[in-house]
Amino acid sequence: MEVFERADLAAAVVTAGGQHGNDPHNALQVCLQLQQQFSCVPADAVPMLAHQLHTTTGHITSLVSFYSFLSETPRGLYDLYISDSISDHMQGSRQLLHRLCLALGVRPGEPRLDGRVTVSPTYCTGLCDQGPAGLVNGHPLTRLDDSRIDTISRLIENAVPLDQWPRELFTVEHRIYRRDLLLGTPLERGDALRSIADQTPEEVLRELAASGLNGRGGARFPTALKWRMCREASSETRYVVCNADEGEPGTFKDRVLLADYADDVIEGMTVCARVIGAREGFIYLRGEYAWLRPHLEWVLQRRRGNDLLGDAILGDSNWQFDISIHMGAGAYICGEESALIESLEGKRGTPRNRPPYPVTAGYLQQPTVVNNVETLFSAAHIAARGSAWFGTSGAGGTKLHSVSGHCERPGIYEFPVGCSVGEVVTAAGGDGAIAVQVAGAAGELLLAEEFQRCIDLNTLKTSGSFIIFGPDHDLFTTTANFTRFFAHETCGFCAPCRTGTQLARSVVDRMAAGRAFGRDREAIDRLIDVTPALSHCGLGGTAMNPLRDLRDKCPQRYQALFSEDDTSVLHFDLEQELSEIKTLTGEIPEAEQ
Amino acid sequence: MTDTITIDDHQVPFEAGQTIMEAARAAGLYIEHLCYNPAYQPHGSCKLCSVKVDGVIQTACTMPAIAGQKVESDSPEMKSRRKTLVEMIFAEGNHYCAFCIKSGSCDLQALAYHLDMHENSFNHRYPVRVIDASHPDLILDHDRCIFCGLCIRASRDQDHKNVFTMAGRGKATRLAVNSETGKLGDSTIAADDAAAHVCPVGAIMPRRGAYSTPIGERYFDARGIDEIDNASGKL
Ligand SMILES: Cc1cc2nc3c(=O)[nH]c(=O)nc-3n(C[C@H](O)[C@H](O)[C@H](O)COP(=O)(O)O)c2cc1C
Ligand code: SF4
Ligand code: SF4
Ligand code: SF4
Ligand code: FES
Ligand code: FES
Repeated sequence: MEVFERADLAAAVVTAGGQHGNDPHNALQVCLQLQQQFSCVPADAVPMLAHQLHTTTGHITSLVSFYSFLSETPRGLYDLYISDSISDHMQGSRQLLHRLCLALGVRPGEPRLDGRVTVSPTYCTGLCDQGPAGLVNGHPLTRLDDSRIDTISRLIENAVPLDQWPRELFTVEHRIYRRDLLLGTPLERGDALRSIADQTPEEVLRELAASGLNGRGGARFPTALKWRMCREASSETRYVVCNADEGEPGTFKDRVLLADYADDVIEGMTVCARVIGAREGFIYLRGEYAWLRPHLEWVLQRRRGNDLLGDAILGDSNWQFDISIHMGAGAYICGEESALIESLEGKRGTPRNRPPYPVTAGYLQQPTVVNNVETLFSAAHIAARGSAWFGTSGAGGTKLHSVSGHCERPGIYEFPVGCSVGEVVTAAGGDGAIAVQVAGAAGELLLAEEFQRCIDLNTLKTSGSFIIFGPDHDLFTTTANFTRFFAHETCGFCAPCRTGTQLARSVVDRMAAGRAFGRDREAIDRLIDVTPALSHCGLGGTAMNPLRDLRDKCPQRYQALFSEDDTSVLHFDLEQELSEIKTLTGEIPEAEQ
Repeated sequence: MTDTITIDDHQVPFEAGQTIMEAARAAGLYIEHLCYNPAYQPHGSCKLCSVKVDGVIQTACTMPAIAGQKVESDSPEMKSRRKTLVEMIFAEGNHYCAFCIKSGSCDLQALAYHLDMHENSFNHRYPVRVIDASHPDLILDHDRCIFCGLCIRASRDQDHKNVFTMAGRGKATRLAVNSETGKLGDSTIAADDAAAHVCPVGAIMPRRGAYSTPIGERYFDARGIDEIDNASGKL
């Protein structure tokens, strides 16, 4: 294993700390910088970091051990992740991962002894419309197939620097197949700001309320009400946060908005800042989207130069607002708004106790609005064009859907709120689909006979993930993938979710191996009742949805997962007992950790 | 006139700022709990104190009492969920009560008796966790830690030493020690710190005290966990 010179570490810690004001609230950002430099946060650097950032070693350790994209040991020159989220899985990501590992002579998740490379499976990288996808040193890899995998392994063996890799490996397309109100009528830069410049915050809020806009992140809370509550909370300082964590498997519309419509999103934040009285805002960008950061920084800088951001917006020195970008580091839970705020403050992303809510006590305990990327994007359009315009395609406006899975045209579809599931399937060319997963792992499985259901506020909420399953798909694969996802992503704060997701995962693993018994059936029934009911946040609240849906909607498939041998009451599970030794001997690859 | 809430069939008065748990305790009503301890800020992580407040499940230890609330705590539905939850917590760690030095004065074990848990219907996980025996006066046995965070709060808020922190994520969640080596022996904790005595289970234990109180005379041998005992250090 690579040994780092203490002097190098010390220098890196001083530099990274200094660039972040030596502020413990920036501990995560500083750790990420070390990770980039050394492909890990070396143990020797932990006390140095604690000293430099005026915090404890435990604080640094708690971060490195929490975030997936921070590691204690070096991942090597090439740090690869292959997405095994369901859309990629259906396109053979598992075989590709093994092909790559075989070619490189590594096991998934384990660094090669020469320090060259680590290949790990990961969940959704937000490239579901052009998967199987992955990341190398933070850069996106798209449309992976056998030949691309072979190219990649050759490049790595020959230690070819990333900037000399063929460009087409990194090509990300932003495919929009249906444009409606928002994507169909682009905003001029500054339109929204100019149109609210002469309005009072009250007037802006009234218009926003009249538009009926509600949160596009999934919970669908009325946006105007959120802004009003924050505005009315007593404090000198307020913050706007753009939630660009987009972690829900199968969602990528925020990626497309940030890549192609960053100005509109930032304009939405600026409108919000004016309404609530904030001078500072953050974009919390998921680690998987680190490659979007240079573009976003560039847009922010351009807007500062054009008086659309900064010290005197539209030349008005009383209108000040600026935005900085904070990186996430591979933790789905950080999309939950209070966990996101903890992460912004440089801590582990565990959801807070509520009340109080972020609108009264958010970032640094100050009133904070956290909105999804698409919510802010839509708000900018409404501010520029008015609520009546927003209603022209139908009450409640339009919503973006990220469509992936078994269909002709995976990509972005903008539909009026209230469209039916079937309309989206048809538009995407998902003929013969047997089911759709709406709203991702946390959402709901809809069978073909339910395709007439409408996607709107009351009946079917969605964060925008829309995964289509074709006639040959085994729906248990989806259940298993999602159940493992939750077991991997639970933050561990509360008992019902931390323990429940592990128990569910172990049953699903045994189902997959044909070793689930009658007592497992009861265990699942109890978990489906208890975990969502008692969990602290929405992750535990939805973690049993995949098993629940399979049980309730596909009873035949579900039954078949249990072994006939119902007499087994043994607590002892031979396979489980042997799994550790089998992993060590390479009999089972630990792809799923 | 004082404001009241209703907990099951009881009218319970409360003072402004009290949580449902505090109001219940003051009225002599027991609500199951593990991570709550009246001496410290609530944590809200074990979820044993989950109750229905006007139909919505909340944790009694964090939820402020508000006049007129109807709280459902002792119903068969909530009791059965708590029992399942205790089973889940047992399945997660390594609990061998039969030869655990905390046996008889352990909150988790007492809760299991209280909730009529006789066996565990979940498969145990048997995680591999390493004991920290580096401290001359204390043992940190991670096998039994339930991540209630009480030692963290006691060390931070009462001892003002900040010896502990929570690390890891999900199933790899672990209690971490704030010292250069991560070992308890290299931390500033002392045997008479509050943090050394607050653990509701047998994860942080004093050395040399083992088995000094014979079985039959231990704390919960004399009473059930639902007998609220405001006088002793126990809850
Ligand atoms: C486990 C979990 C993950 C979440 N992930 C995201 C996310 O990636 N992006 C997002 O915008 N909201 C996410 N949310 C919802 C946020 O908590 C919050 O409701 C949202 O950011 C509010 O913005 P909105 O009102 O504009 O939708 C998540 C919630 C939970 C419980
Ligand atoms: S429900 Fe799960 S993710 Fe949410 S706080 Fe509890 S353990 Fe963490
Ligand atoms: S800590 Fe409590 S529950 Fe765990 S083994 Fe000891 S007595 Fe049993
Ligand atoms: S050691 Fe004890 S007090 Fe500390 S978190 Fe674990 S169970 Fe709670
Ligand atoms: S990257 Fe594949 S499901 Fe999102
Ligand atoms: S006692 Fe309330 S959540 Fe633990």
